[in-house]
Amino acid sequence: MKRIADFFKGTYLGLMLLFLYAPIIVLMVFSFNESKTMGHWSGFSFKWYEALLSDATIMDALWVTLSVAIISAIAATAIGTFAAIGIHSMKKSPKSVVENISQLPMVNPDLVTGISFMMLFALLGIKGGYTRMLIAHITFNIPYVIFSVLPKLRQSSNNLYEAAMDLGCTPWMALRKVVIPDIMPGIVSGFILSFTLSLDDFVVSWFATSGIQNLSIYIYSIARRGISPKINALSAIMFVAVMTLLLFVNLRSLKEEREAEKQIKRL
Amino acid sequence: MKRTVFAYPYIVWMLIFILAPMLLIVWYAFTKNGAFTLTNLGAALRDPIYMQVLARSVWIAFEATVICLLLGYPIAWMLSTMKKSTAAILYVLFVVPMWMNFLLRTYAWQALLDSAGILNSILAFFGLPPQNLLYTEEAIMLGTVYNFLPFMVLPIYSVLVKLDKSLVEAAYDLGANGVTTFFKVILPQSIPGVISGITMVFIPAITAFAISRLLGGSKFMLYGDLIENQFITLGRDAWPVGSALSFILLVLVLISMAVMRRAEREAGEEGGMLW
Amino acid sequence: MGGHAAFFLNYENEDWMMSKHLIDLQQLRKEYDGVDVLKNIDLYIRDGEFLTLLGPSGCGKTTMLRLIAGFALPSSGQVVMDGKDLTHVPPYKRRVNTVFQKYALFPHLNVYDNIAFGLKIQKLPKAEIETRVNEMLELVNLVGYGKRWVDQLSGGQQQRVAIARALVNRPQVLLLDEPLGALDLKLRKGMQLELKRMQQKLGITFIYVTHDQEEALTMSDTIVVMNEGVIQQIGTPADIYNEPKNIFVAKFIGESNILPGVMLEDYRVRFHDREYECVDAGFAQNSQVDVVVRPEDIDLYPIEEGRTGLAGVVKSVLFMGVHYEFRVDTDGFVWTVHSTDYIAPESRVSMTIVPDAIHIMHKSLNPDEQEAPTADERFEAAIVEELAEEEAE
Repeated sequence: MKRIADFFKGTYLGLMLLFLYAPIIVLMVFSFNESKTMGHWSGFSFKWYEALLSDATIMDALWVTLSVAIISAIAATAIGTFAAIGIHSMKKSPKSVVENISQLPMVNPDLVTGISFMMLFALLGIKGGYTRMLIAHITFNIPYVIFSVLPKLRQSSNNLYEAAMDLGCTPWMALRKVVIPDIMPGIVSGFILSFTLSLDDFVVSWFATSGIQNLSIYIYSIARRGISPKINALSAIMFVAVMTLLLFVNLRSLKEEREAEKQIKRL
Repeated sequence: MKRTVFAYPYIVWMLIFILAPMLLIVWYAFTKNGAFTLTNLGAALRDPIYMQVLARSVWIAFEATVICLLLGYPIAWMLSTMKKSTAAILYVLFVVPMWMNFLLRTYAWQALLDSAGILNSILAFFGLPPQNLLYTEEAIMLGTVYNFLPFMVLPIYSVLVKLDKSLVEAAYDLGANGVTTFFKVILPQSIPGVISGITMVFIPAITAFAISRLLGGSKFMLYGDLIENQFITLGRDAWPVGSALSFILLVLVLISMAVMRRAEREAGEEGGMLW
Repeated sequence: MGGHAAFFLNYENEDWMMSKHLIDLQQLRKEYDGVDVLKNIDLYIRDGEFLTLLGPSGCGKTTMLRLIAGFALPSSGQVVMDGKDLTHVPPYKRRVNTVFQKYALFPHLNVYDNIAFGLKIQKLPKAEIETRVNEMLELVNLVGYGKRWVDQLSGGQQQRVAIARALVNRPQVLLLDEPLGALDLKLRKGMQLELKRMQQKLGITFIYVTHDQEEALTMSDTIVVMNEGVIQQIGTPADIYNEPKNIFVAKFIGESNILPGVMLEDYRVRFHDREYECVDAGFAQNSQVDVVVRPEDIDLYPIEEGRTGLAGVVKSVLFMGVHYEFRVDTDGFVWTVHSTDYIAPESRVSMTIVPDAIHIMHKSLNPDEQEAPTADERFEAAIVEELAEEEAE
């Protein structure tokens, strides 16, 4: 009885995993296909990867994606961390107003966020596509930083800041030496989240900018016109990159857990 | 020394880049030449084509949510009954696709379903005639389910895995068989997870954009595409109606969220009474 | 300040009595949202004394501590230390250190770095920091714990680190905000003795905030009893216990029987329909007073022994470990009586009260204000004070 159930479970989960991974794997395999169509295999080749790397448009898009992700994550982390510290010490009613408005970009459909940026930038006369993308990404990243830092602030004792001043720190030193180190895990996860969200974004970028392409916009504009082997190669690279990043992040948190356990055991 | 000062730069940023854009949508949706009007909203609501697109969007989102629930709940449940180490690995496998760019995920199906794609080659291999798989409503559905399935598994699994195993034992002890135990004990307890799963699938599915374009061609327009059309193709003259359409979408999302929150609260309060 | 002057007479050590004022609080007032949590406090604290601010939560004691530390600014009035006005000096420039209620140890630093924190801020040479930190580790019995992370310590150990971290800076005054509140009873008793030992060894002024009257009575040189932002009484532990100035103090410190009475003349008081001899004088003839009798000062005898005294019936008996606690009904008034001899419930007894056991207090002008607060009032007051603390930055 149990064996039948296990077999059934295994089959079902296997099928579901196949459903989730088959498209990606097929894409990766066919990125090494000699021929342009995905219908049949005509030999192993790196030619699409070569084409990808020598395609200036794609390289530009890659540069835009990476630089926007890094700059917007850094800016959002800085603004968001200080914002969280400020919000944490606000009185109840202004606090809830600011927190609620901050949740807007998280609740809002990306589409609506993107359109609202488009109108705002047009009215403010902000022309540069790169600037627009940067502002948009910083904006939708900040709330994620704020809401990963705030719980850390709530966990940590309000007295830490006072204790630091009591021991001779000026307010600024107290922040640098005590408060920020204490909430560091929240700041780091806010940064990683921002970076990933920015890398992944298509919809907001698509509407908020014009005349500039990040990878998502490039992929969309090509895919709308049909299949392209270059995109297959790009997908394969991006999938491997995401997996590596995830592995890295998970290993890091696993290591931290292990160390914490070790310390407890030493007691 | 007021630490609230540290929030001031952000508050300025927030007012300009979060609040102002939202107010712009409301402003354009409800004014004409600076005066309050309902004509934009009326135009967005009365146009039969717009309404047809809206109905299709909601319907596809609904169907996709139901399919995700039917496929995803068993996955979550099976994972929760497994050995912890095995479950952890499988869980990661089910969640990883979430981290893939959704355009690429969609594109992958585009490549599979393409008339010259691999599925048709397989059909040809068995001597079957090629099928028109891409650019159909089913293709859109498939893409939506594929994109959002992990978002259904995730919350249900996290509720089920925390479920007190002694409850199941207690049910067996009181004479319930496997099936009864599932429906009377496990399912009711997992309702909060189901509700957040539904929220995480239905709301993004309604507002999904680009899936329909890539998998449905231009034949099956969804609400997102409609709004894009207003703003990108028609330009500034279409802002008022476009804003009204966006406003309707926003209201739809807020209503769905309110309904889900309420359901969640009721499930929390009444516990197993819901079933 | 009458009360303060009065208890001077009880000190035997003249030198200490004459020691200078280290801190003067002058007309100190603090208001939050229109509510005065401190109402024009005048208080001086002498160099080297162990002073306890005692009162229910919400009485303003923590606010007072925060004003001395500099974490909050008074609405009016001054904090003067060593003759200098400190009111607007920020906390990091005051020679005052605090031991916080929940310790507020820095979680990202180990024990050594926590203690060294203040010295590093002062940029002292490394060798000196090391000597002083090690001295402190020794003082608080934590030698060898320097490398530990603070979350690996027990509550009692964290408490010691917090004390060491404050004392290493050699403050003139150490402020302690309910520092033992989070510890269990046994640990608390031990730490009380240890704190007292440290204070005597170092000769530093301690200002200690607590709501635990027993703790206050054990450790303090001076107790300041507070309620609703007003000082109720200042005195030595013995003063406060034996000579409560009003109903609030009498009820808050220890258990007591409080009855309305009339002062017939010096050394004669009438209460509960009887006349008693007492040791108090100086009240107006026939003035209304309150009479306090501590439960352990009442003698209880079975009626069969035939002693003259107040006749009553034992309503209930509780065994408290060292003694029994009786409720005795005498014609409508229910007394609390402590005695080591068991008497069965429903027994008829007679009670005697010697003159020394009777303590007379002036009737408070506004009885409501002087009553110990009800649970609701305490809760409300606590909320006001908590809000105040949140705002104070």
